[in-house]
Amino acid sequence: MPTITFIKPDGETVAVEATNGATVMEVAKDHDMPMLAACGGSLACATCHVIVDEDWFAKSGELCEAEEDLLDTAHGLTSTSRLCCQMKVSDELNGMAMTLPPME
Amino acid sequence: MSEVHTTDVAIIGAGPVGLFSVFQCGMLKMSCHVIDALPATGGQCTALYPEKPLFDIPAAPNINAVDLIARLERQIAPFKPVIHLNQQVSELEKVGEHWHLRTSSGLNIRARAIIIAAGAGAFGPNKPPLNNIDRFEGKSVHYMVQRREDFRDQRIVIAGGGDSAVDWALSLADVAAEVYVIHRRDRFRAIPESVAQMKALADAGKIELVIPYQLAALEGKDDQLKTVIVKTLDGEERRIAADHLLSFFGLASKLGPINDWGLDILNGVINVEPTTCATNVEGIFAVGDIAHYPHKLKLILSGFSEAAQAAHAAYRIVNPGQALNFEHSTTSGIPTLEPA
Ligand SMILES: Cc1cc2nc3c(=O)[nH]c(=O)nc-3n(C[C@H](O)[C@H](O)[C@H](O)COP(=O)(O)OP(=O)(O)OC[C@H]3O[C@@H](n4cnc5c(N)ncnc54)[C@H](O)[C@@H]3O)c2cc1C
Ligand code: FES
Repeated sequence: MPTITFIKPDGETVAVEATNGATVMEVAKDHDMPMLAACGGSLACATCHVIVDEDWFAKSGELCEAEEDLLDTAHGLTSTSRLCCQMKVSDELNGMAMTLPPME
Repeated sequence: MSEVHTTDVAIIGAGPVGLFSVFQCGMLKMSCHVIDALPATGGQCTALYPEKPLFDIPAAPNINAVDLIARLERQIAPFKPVIHLNQQVSELEKVGEHWHLRTSSGLNIRARAIIIAAGAGAFGPNKPPLNNIDRFEGKSVHYMVQRREDFRDQRIVIAGGGDSAVDWALSLADVAAEVYVIHRRDRFRAIPESVAQMKALADAGKIELVIPYQLAALEGKDDQLKTVIVKTLDGEERRIAADHLLSFFGLASKLGPINDWGLDILNGVINVEPTTCATNVEGIFAVGDIAHYPHKLKLILSGFSEAAQAAHAAYRIVNPGQALNFEHSTTSGIPTLEPA
C-alpha cells in the first residue's frame, strides 16, 4: 500500500498507509487529520485544500476546470495547491507529502 | 428588552435535516423554533446546489434540491414551526430546566431540548484570512454591496473571480474614482459577455485588472482602510491605495459559537451516540452532516433517520416521566399542535 505523508498546520508529520483508489481526502479523514472537507468530495467547498510538496505536484495529476474554478475561492494558494478530494491514491503517489493549511 | 420565545425544542439549522426534525418532533407533539444564518431555508441544498437533481431520496427517484426543500416545508407546515432566518445562534446556556438561546440579532428562545442540525456550520461570507480584516468590516471592507452610491468617487479594490466580482466591477466603473480587480488568474467564472465587457473597460483604462495576484495584507487607520497589499505566487508585491475592499469569495460555513458549548467536537463534527443522537451534553442532540459516529454517511437519508432518533430521545427530556407510545403515522395521522 502506498504511503502518504501529511504535514499538519502545527508542523507534526504523519505518514499513513493509503488504499489505492481512495481519494486523498478520504485517507485524511480516515486518519482524523485536521481537515473539514465539508462537502464530502462533491467539489463544492474548497475546505480540502492542500499544498503538495513541489517534487510531487506533477505526479498529483491534472486539475480539471471545476477544481481550478473552486480553487479561486480558497485562500493562501500556492503554485502546488490542490483540492485533495480530487486526487486518487495510486502506487505512483507512494511517498507523496503535502501540507495542510490551518482550518478556518 | 426583546421578548423571549418559549418552545419545546429549538433546532439550530434549517437545512433538510433541521426541517425534517420539525416533522419528527411534531409527530410527538413537540413544538419547534428553527434558526438559520441564511436568508432562506434549505441549507446546502439551497445555498450550494438548488438546481441539481438528487437521485437517492427514498420514493423520490429524481428531485431537484429546491423542490425537495419545498416539499419538506409542506410536510412540516401542519406543525406551525416558527422559523427565524438571517441570524446565527451565538449563545446557548442552561438556566434551570431550560436552555436559553440567543441569536446574533438579539432574539431570545427558551427551549427544553436543543437539536443541532448545523451542517458544517453557519453559512456566511467566505472571508479572506487576513489578520486585521474584522477591524475594517462594515466601514471599508464589504462582502456585499447595499448601496452603489456609497462608492461614488471612492477608490475600490474588488477581490474575487466570480459573477459578483465581475458584475460589481462593471457597475462601479461608472461611479467610483478607481476600480481594481484582484484575481489569481486570467480566467473568470462569470457570464462570458460580462467578462468581455470588463476586459474592454480595462483596455480603455477605466478599471485595472490586477492579475495574477492574491490578497496578502490590509493597512489602515482604525476602521478606515488605506492600502491593500497583494502578492503573486512568486512573492512579488504590489501596494494599492484604496478606500474600500469588496471581497467576493462566495459562501463558507463556520462552526463559530458551537465550538464554545462544551460539546465533543473533532474536525468540525460533533460525536453523538448514534441510536439517540445525544451529544455529551444532556439535552443537546446533533443530527445531519454535523453529527458523527463510526461509519457515518453524510447523506440526507441518514439525516432523516437521525432526526427521528433524536426526536424520540428528546421527548423524554421535554416530557419527563411521561410514557411515549410508539405509533405509526398511519395510526396517529398528523397530530394538531397547540400554538407555541
Ligand atoms: C454539491 C452537493 C451535492 C450533494 N448531493 C447529495 C445527494 O445527491 N444526496 C444526499 O443525500 N446528499 C447530498 N449532498 C449532501 C447534503 O446536501 C447534506 O448531507 C445535507 O445538506 C445535510 O443537511 P443538514 O440539514 O444536516 O445541513 P446543511 O444542509 O448543511 O444545513 C445546515 C444549516 O445550518 C445553518 N447553521 C449552522 N450553524 C448555525 C448557527 N450557529 N446559527 C444559525 N444557523 C446555523 C447553516 O447556515 C445551514 O443553513 C450534497 C452536497 C453538495 C454540496
Ligand atoms: S471536500 Fe469539498 S471540495 Fe473537496
